[in-house]
Amino acid sequence: MLHETANGVYCPDGDFHLDPWHPVPRAVITHAHGDHARSGNAAYLCAAPCAPLLQRRFGPDTPIQALAYGDSLTLGDVRVSFHPAGHILGSAQVRVEGKAGVWVLAGDYKRAADATCTEFEPVTCDTFVTESTFGLPIYRWEQTATVIAEILDWWDVNRQKALTSVLFCYTIGKAQRLLTELGPRIDRPVFVHGMMIPMIDAYRAAGVVMAPTVPLIDKPRGTSFAGELVLAPPSARGTPWMRRLGELSDGLASGLMRVRGVRRQRAYDRGFVLSDHADWPALLQTITETGAGRVLTTHGHAEPLARFLKSQGLDSGVIRTAWEGEGGGDDSE
Amino acid sequence: MIRFATLFAAIDQTTSTNAKVEAMASYFAAAPPADAAWAVFFLTGRRLKRLVPGAAIREWTMTATGIEEWLLGECYAVVGDGAETAALILDQLPSTASESLSLADWVEGRILPLRHADAQSQQAHVLAWVRELTRWERLVLLKLLTGELRLGVSQTLVVRALAQTAALPATTMAARLMGEWTPGAAWFRSLLSDGVTADDLSRPYPFFLAAPIEHGKDVAQLLGDLAMWQLEWKWDGIRAQLVKRAGRVHLWSRGEELITDRFPEISDAAQSLPDGTVLDGEVLAFRAERPLAFSALQQRIGRQKQVARKARDIPVVFMAYDILEHRGRDVRANSLSVRRTLLEHYIASAPSDAGPSPGHEQLLPFDAPRDVGHRTLRVSPVLSGASVDDLARLRAESRTHGVEGLMIKRFDAAYGVGRKRGDWWKWKIDPFTIDAVLIYAQPGSGKRASLLTDYTFGLWDNGELVPVAKAYSGLTNEEIAEMDRWIRRHTAERFGPVRHVEPVQVFELGFEAIAKSARHRSGVAVRFPRMLRWRRDKPASEADTLDSLRSMIR
Repeated sequence: MLHETANGVYCPDGDFHLDPWHPVPRAVITHAHGDHARSGNAAYLCAAPCAPLLQRRFGPDTPIQALAYGDSLTLGDVRVSFHPAGHILGSAQVRVEGKAGVWVLAGDYKRAADATCTEFEPVTCDTFVTESTFGLPIYRWEQTATVIAEILDWWDVNRQKALTSVLFCYTIGKAQRLLTELGPRIDRPVFVHGMMIPMIDAYRAAGVVMAPTVPLIDKPRGTSFAGELVLAPPSARGTPWMRRLGELSDGLASGLMRVRGVRRQRAYDRGFVLSDHADWPALLQTITETGAGRVLTTHGHAEPLARFLKSQGLDSGVIRTAWEGEGGGDDSE
Repeated sequence: MIRFATLFAAIDQTTSTNAKVEAMASYFAAAPPADAAWAVFFLTGRRLKRLVPGAAIREWTMTATGIEEWLLGECYAVVGDGAETAALILDQLPSTASESLSLADWVEGRILPLRHADAQSQQAHVLAWVRELTRWERLVLLKLLTGELRLGVSQTLVVRALAQTAALPATTMAARLMGEWTPGAAWFRSLLSDGVTADDLSRPYPFFLAAPIEHGKDVAQLLGDLAMWQLEWKWDGIRAQLVKRAGRVHLWSRGEELITDRFPEISDAAQSLPDGTVLDGEVLAFRAERPLAFSALQQRIGRQKQVARKARDIPVVFMAYDILEHRGRDVRANSLSVRRTLLEHYIASAPSDAGPSPGHEQLLPFDAPRDVGHRTLRVSPVLSGASVDDLARLRAESRTHGVEGLMIKRFDAAYGVGRKRGDWWKWKIDPFTIDAVLIYAQPGSGKRASLLTDYTFGLWDNGELVPVAKAYSGLTNEEIAEMDRWIRRHTAERFGPVRHVEPVQVFELGFEAIAKSARHRSGVAVRFPRMLRWRRDKPASEADTLDSLRSMIR
């Protein structure tokens, strides 16, 4: 029912593409991250809370049709519906029902609690297409509260040494999740890089409650940020913008930081293992809960996950996509 | 253990050298001396003789978690570190953190005795210990067991932290850390004490290292007045210090390994030196007045059992080029011209080899020229060159002399510590080069974990690419990232973590030497291969052939 094509995963029975990487007539979008939602499509279909994020990214006139989670729409010979994926605000699994049974393409997802978005909901299906960004048994996440406590400890130590704490994180999802977690635990605002602002505003507009933020750019030149926490996208690292921050300690919040070598290779002082993707136990748990007899894996560690599932008696294979997950680069969680 | 694991984490989690020194200094101040001694042992890169093979750790990890070998292999490809891979996977076993033993108790009471246990009880012990520990402690334990604990601090930083703790000069501390010592509370106290200890007698000095003259540098501008510089060959042997004090001889390699026993002819010859002498120089395999290839010397390093026979087949000399201690006095602060005079006088006035070691004549079937006096102990000759062109000519002749370039040292410079730019330069010969095609790639280790950075290159042979070399270094981080992305998109086939890639990318490889080899499919082995340039301009079809590589064998 779904095919790999040059433009992306295509559903001929419904004549649409899922998260296409080249412009197509109709794009069904799982979530607003750059490697999944790209500009230039003639029409977009997404879950309702995702629509405002796409509008922020592509402009208010973007032709977007939105469906509430659980509602369905008939496209050609199939029925399409969106179900919460728990990855970021508005992220969805896409359920496609047709002659060939029920397929669910999960997009990116996680099972850990996240107050910024609706919790993942297992959807029964025949074929489950799962991400495998962290599809190896070395990836197991700590409790979110533990990681947040590490971040606060780091910030405290830095404040005592009059260092600026610069925490790099992705601008859509991770930043807001951090701000939501930090909110009740801190008594001062968090400074943010300019690139963070549109999506923080979009989340606030959607009713997500976060720690107060101050755009760094609002502060006059020469302001000291010693002792403060600054959130910035990884792409800002090493740019002249950093000069404003004075002496600093830096960290990256990402599941990739689980591996020491990866952190050291990028020379971050600290790695905080906080991911919006499912870890190994969550992947296996989810696959079981869908009841799917066939599981296709994509991006990240797709081959080993598929091989492991086969060894467990499941029909499994890999589909190749241009989605990158957290492995593609610091900015593409 | 928890304190040491915390130190490990603190060092690991900062890129600031000051923060690392601070973390070590506060550890040394707080830890019991017996623990601190072991910490110094590990911080200075010393390791316990491997107690448990990496394969056993893998085996036990599989047993404890039910994970299959191929999957463990995939994990290793991402992590690039065996102990860390195991620690991450073993993370699924809950930790019942109990009373924490001290580092010394762990090492002396638990880890070292493991050597005498059979494989089965080793497994039972280690898996039980793992359950007592937190994740960082588990990582430290597994690394201690496999002998791969590296803490990512340079010797200089450890010296700085200890010197700060003891309020002693860094040079004194550096000398005390050289050579061999046994960690223990008494040793740690003497390390920090201000008297002179008995162990001080065997110790070498920290080596002074030359900085490379990089390709394309303006040598004339770099050196200025050539009369200020002493020229020597850059020998291709083992850098070493020869220490003679209180009637005993010690030969130390630059890796601070005691290699006296490997080269008995050198220690015999050095018996004739007066007490209180330390020479800096190079151990060379040497016959008929010229150095043999480094591969010959390598045969003398590995096999301790066959020293006598190997000594007959592959004679060695100690080619001295500096003197650091003269009649018991540290002369490093003197200028090179002063030290050189002392050195020449010393070697020339010392009696010849024949005395102390009967049978030496058979061992050393060559004659030394008169002016260097000794046969086994020699002085690296000073070369002359009036212009940079002369230097370039000498350098170009290097291969015919069996050396790897020129050493250029300032006459007025003291003998420093570490690699200080400006006083000593090494101007190495240009490497051999070939243009080869990337055929396989696999993930690197350590900092390059999960990036595809370890490449295998091939050359054309009858329309087929035959693997000739593996290379890991030479690319910038940006190029590495670009290649990583390219490889992922152009993988023709995967064998576990190894990817067979489309034969498209051509790299200019450099290497230092080439020899025939029966162990390689190509029939040749190259030494120190590395990437010099990414030849984006060159199609794979125009890469070099295996024949062109073979023709470089002398």
